[in-house]
Amino acid sequence: MIKAVMMMNTQGKPRVAKFYDFLLVEKQQELIRGVFSVLSSRPENVSNFLEIDSLFGPDSRLVYKHYATLYFVLVFDGSENELAMLDLIQVLVETLDKCFSNVCELDIVFNYSKMHTVLDEIVFGGQVLETRSDEILKAVEEISKLEAASNSISLVPKSVSGWRGGR
Amino acid sequence: MASSNSLMDSLFQRSLEDLIKGLRLGESTFISKSLEEIRREIKLTDLSTKSVALQKLSYLAALHGVDMTWAAFHAVEVVSSSRFAHKRIGYHAIAQSFSDQTPVLLLITNQLRKDLNSSNEYEVSLALECLARIGTDDLARDLTSEVFTLLGSSKALVRKKAIGVVLRVFDKYPDAVKVCFKRLVENLESSDPQLLSAVVGVFCELTAKDPRSYLPLAPEFYKILVDSRNNWVLIKVLKIFAKLASIEPRLAKKVADPVCEHMRKQNVGKSLLFECIRTVFSSLSDQEVALKLAVVKIREFLMDDDPNLKYLGLHALSIVAPKHLWAVLENKEAVVKAMSDEDPNVKREALHLLMAMVNEDNVTEISRILMNYALKSDPLFCNEIIGSILVACSRDSYEIIVDFDWYLSLLSEMARVPNCQRGKEIEHQLIDIGTRVKDARLELVRVSRALLIDPALLGNQYLHPILSAAAWASGEYVEFSKAPYEIAEALLQPRTCLLPHSIRAIYIHSAFKVLVFSLGVYFSAQEPTSSSLVQESTSSGSSAVNGFTYDSISSLVSMIELGLCSLSGTIDVEVQERAKNILGFIGIIKHEIAEKATFQDSETEVHRAIAFMEDVFSEELGPVSSTAQEKVPLPEGLELNENLEGLQEICREVLEPMAESDYSSDKVSFSVAKLRIRDQEEASSSLPPPLESSSLLAEHRKRHGLYYLSSQKSDDHKDRDGNDDNTSNEYPPANEISVDSFKSKKKLSKPRPVVVKLDEGDEPKTKPDASSSNDEPLSRAIQTALMGKGKGKEKERVKENHEINLDTENIEQSSRREKKKEKNGERSSKRSSRRQKDKEASVTKPVEVPDLLL
Repeated sequence: MIKAVMMMNTQGKPRVAKFYDFLLVEKQQELIRGVFSVLSSRPENVSNFLEIDSLFGPDSRLVYKHYATLYFVLVFDGSENELAMLDLIQVLVETLDKCFSNVCELDIVFNYSKMHTVLDEIVFGGQVLETRSDEILKAVEEISKLEAASNSISLVPKSVSGWRGGR
Repeated sequence: MASSNSLMDSLFQRSLEDLIKGLRLGESTFISKSLEEIRREIKLTDLSTKSVALQKLSYLAALHGVDMTWAAFHAVEVVSSSRFAHKRIGYHAIAQSFSDQTPVLLLITNQLRKDLNSSNEYEVSLALECLARIGTDDLARDLTSEVFTLLGSSKALVRKKAIGVVLRVFDKYPDAVKVCFKRLVENLESSDPQLLSAVVGVFCELTAKDPRSYLPLAPEFYKILVDSRNNWVLIKVLKIFAKLASIEPRLAKKVADPVCEHMRKQNVGKSLLFECIRTVFSSLSDQEVALKLAVVKIREFLMDDDPNLKYLGLHALSIVAPKHLWAVLENKEAVVKAMSDEDPNVKREALHLLMAMVNEDNVTEISRILMNYALKSDPLFCNEIIGSILVACSRDSYEIIVDFDWYLSLLSEMARVPNCQRGKEIEHQLIDIGTRVKDARLELVRVSRALLIDPALLGNQYLHPILSAAAWASGEYVEFSKAPYEIAEALLQPRTCLLPHSIRAIYIHSAFKVLVFSLGVYFSAQEPTSSSLVQESTSSGSSAVNGFTYDSISSLVSMIELGLCSLSGTIDVEVQERAKNILGFIGIIKHEIAEKATFQDSETEVHRAIAFMEDVFSEELGPVSSTAQEKVPLPEGLELNENLEGLQEICREVLEPMAESDYSSDKVSFSVAKLRIRDQEEASSSLPPPLESSSLLAEHRKRHGLYYLSSQKSDDHKDRDGNDDNTSNEYPPANEISVDSFKSKKKLSKPRPVVVKLDEGDEPKTKPDASSSNDEPLSRAIQTALMGKGKGKEKERVKENHEINLDTENIEQSSRREKKKEKNGERSSKRSSRRQKDKEASVTKPVEVPDLLL
């Protein structure tokens, strides 16, 4: 089972943090900081796996990948295969790439909602659900369309940026 | 944007995007400002405003640690909107922030039901995801029928997610099994790999918790193992078989072949290959062919340049190391090479493997290699190395060590490693070896002397525990020392002021023992009738204590006196008291030393005093069992538990962290007159007052009744063991010594010395894990479901009655066999208690093992 998915930048700022077991927000922040401190001390060219029993409890492992300014982190337990989890990060990044075309950190920052849509199609309640980027994208597009449709009912733009001409 | 018109602000709500932009400009005040806005906006009736506010709040909660539990009711409101966008935001917030404690949780039941029945598959998905993450018992119960319907949905997306949610529903509401299990199992025959992958994923989790109940499904899993081409599916099925095969060995034989097939494939994915290897190592290691093949394949992993594969290769080897050490030995070079790898994980795995290879013959060689690495490594790894050497060597009371002289010198070498922070463990072992191994005491004293004399070591605070052990050993076994004067001088050197007071006290006390010993030798040497005594003392042990001349003894005494004078006024009471004790003693005997030449009478006060002190120190201190405290009977009239429960609750928080953080929980601290037994397990579970006799307690109570709570004399008090049949007040001997004699089978220059071992209580007791009982209803439900299924199905399996009985017998036999195979580890208590329960369950409802296996 997957315990958590995190994306944070090389300064330690979390961009996405999803925990599949209930935790208080303070504990979540603590874990994010803990993971960052472990990751930031890793040298280059070493393995992508870590054992982090001290943070997440017994039988917890972590896989991470460093892309440009972001760390992609998956925390899981003994019922997942390590190399498969590494592949999963790959799947996630590829999907994001197709979604945003040459995704960079800013895309992730400003598309918080979409990020979660993508993630929710891949990991469902801690289980891996879908590993083909095309299928994931199909679902994500459908959902975005539905959202847009349900929002277009309102005529007056309600957000400040809408008033200012939008972006 | 910062200077926006306030009128505009109040008319228009900030969207999530605005919030993010604002945060990038300036954080902390912006957060509190936004929170205020959010609180205002979220209370408005307009659902759109509410949902945007909720969305912003979710963002702040996830990434900035802002609490959002107060908005639970608003999340419920938002989710009730008919608009998809609102629903998304609402469900997202709910999944993120609701827990079992959320009061409004039940309000979403109907909404969930509506959405689960929706025709829009994405609405259904939202509801399913929400249920999967926050489902409680009530929600699971109320929505079981909806989940059942969805398990048969024609839309793949919905079906997949319904399968995923089953895991949570089963966990929270086991009766759901009756309804949903059949459909779940039907999906095992699906041809859609994604559906299949979802189902086996669920079964993988379920099997991990309770393998026995899913044994009947083995044939289905077997089919998938053989037929499927999808790596994700295969990996999960392998994990399932790993669990099943470890409780059902016949399955192992059957499964070994397909697993080997997968391993032999040309372009097999590394993840699948690794999972095959791991399955073989953990559960199929009795299958020779599979094992050999797996070892060949793991070699490829070890030789690969990819650090991930190297790490995983080493990790897999450590799984197989306990049972099949040859696999590790074959790859010894790779392991040693990995010790100098850049990656700390790889190094750590290599260290574990090296320690697994350690035995009597190679312990010196391996320790040498490891110490070299330790000197070259960073502090963290250096201490890991030292720590693991210490653990391996001290296991089973130093079973591995043949040459204790070498080991003691190794310990002192460790003490001199610059980064060493394992002082406490080394201290413990030094003292432990001193008490258990008589023949090593000479070397111990020698090693201790070297440590004590060096003034540089006193400055290193990590070494203080080791120095304290050295001081204690030097005092306790001073008869082995060649030059007591040197020891006393080292113990009282000026730099000892750097030591903490508790250790300083030990130093002083050891000096006292040295003094008493020297005086004893001096005086006994003078008596003409006891010249044999002198010869005895010179021939005992293997060190010669030269008789003291008047000059040497008086210089010893005056040196000690000088060293201690300054301490008689220190602030620390322990140090001061001990210093004063010695000074007082010296005061008594001093004048006698000079006159001794003329005085022949051995009955002087001085002689008696010295003889008395020698007596005090003469009793040998041995290792103490960790169960010794329990065996001491309570004196009559002593009530341990009364008045202490309240205290225990208050102190529980204080004591429990202490118990966990202490490194060695059966550490014994020695003092001369009393053996004070400190056992952390006992300390954390109750607070017995020191054993005073009942009369003293009663007296004290009379005088200070104000401080005692009202007492009720309970007639049937028991101590923790329920030993209430002891009438004698005598303390049984605190040590239970059984001496193990070791016959050395090899040619050695010196036979292994005798190591005192205790019958029980050598290892610290660990509390047996409370066996989880909340899996029981689920296991029962699954077994019932499978039983019912088996009776109805008449396809490939032909079931005969006698086979069923045979099967239960075999299952019982195999589980009994496993119990015997189990090592006497601490974990056996949990497993055996669970197995008892499972055995009972299997006896009452025989779990059918299909004839596939026969």
